[in-house]
Amino acid sequence: MKAAIIVFPGSNCDRDVQVALRRSMQAAPGAGKAGGGAPIMVWHKDADFEKVDLIVLPGGFSYGDYLRCGAMAAHSPAMTEVVRRAKAGVPVLGICNGFQMLTETGLLPGALLRNARLKFVCRDVHVRVETSQSLFTGRYQAGTALRIPIAHHDGNYVAGADQLERMAARGQIAFRYCEPDGAITEAANPNGAARNVAGVFNEAKTVLGMMPHFERLADPALGGIDGRPLFDGLVEALS
Amino acid sequence: MKARVHVTLKPGILDPQGKAIQHALGALGFGTVDKVRQGKVIDLEIAETDPEAARARLTEMCEKLLANTVIENYAIELVAGPEGPTVP
Repeated sequence: MKAAIIVFPGSNCDRDVQVALRRSMQAAPGAGKAGGGAPIMVWHKDADFEKVDLIVLPGGFSYGDYLRCGAMAAHSPAMTEVVRRAKAGVPVLGICNGFQMLTETGLLPGALLRNARLKFVCRDVHVRVETSQSLFTGRYQAGTALRIPIAHHDGNYVAGADQLERMAARGQIAFRYCEPDGAITEAANPNGAARNVAGVFNEAKTVLGMMPHFERLADPALGGIDGRPLFDGLVEALS
Repeated sequence: MKARVHVTLKPGILDPQGKAIQHALGALGFGTVDKVRQGKVIDLEIAETDPEAARARLTEMCEKLLANTVIENYAIELVAGPEGPTVP
């Protein structure tokens, strides 16, 4: 599997994702010399990067969150190319700031607002996997509660009521904030997001945007591996 | 030509910053404030002298970048300048 991680001025989780992906690629059966190599880092000005099986938009503070989070990044030359390829079916994973870019470009519906209680929230939360029927969540079981860290100021997901209904019916909701036992409650919602939504797919389930940082809990040295199956699953699906 | 763009949250979109301002005003003793919504003002100077053309370009700027039309409204005001009178 070949992957590209787009790096914007202010991105700060790009290398974490590269490490997480590389670990999963190295651990995959038949890995090594065959195909891929480490994920490439693509600078945001580069609209001409090589063909890849997966594009990742990492977390951070691209353009300092000026104007709106992800708004300026959405117009970078690299992003114009990412949008083109996403429309042609290339899988895209947007984490945190990356999720914000995906809504700003319209590749995902809805928008991310300032957290309801105004604070930047930086802690572990639990999210429930809503479906295993996607190349991102294929290694999880639907209904499982995962412990994953979040770190964001603008994670309050909103979409029109009708739109949310349609998304839910089509299985486009990927993860929802929950209690450790999987129950969806207001107390478990760290930012006020509609229906406790923590991550959504596009209709074709080739694009995933999520607020939690799965790449930060994909290595035992980091205190847990709940995030690991996402990367394992992608490597399995795309190799 | 000078222009002033107002970007505001659509009604119904949660504005916790507006609420925080409202509470702060209350704490300062201004008890009569019922509602506060916070928006943005963006001032621009563009190299366009025809008001209709200016408005069209500014609309495009708003649609593409200055406002996220999923959650925000925008209003464009052309401002009087040395180039000519105020344009509505």
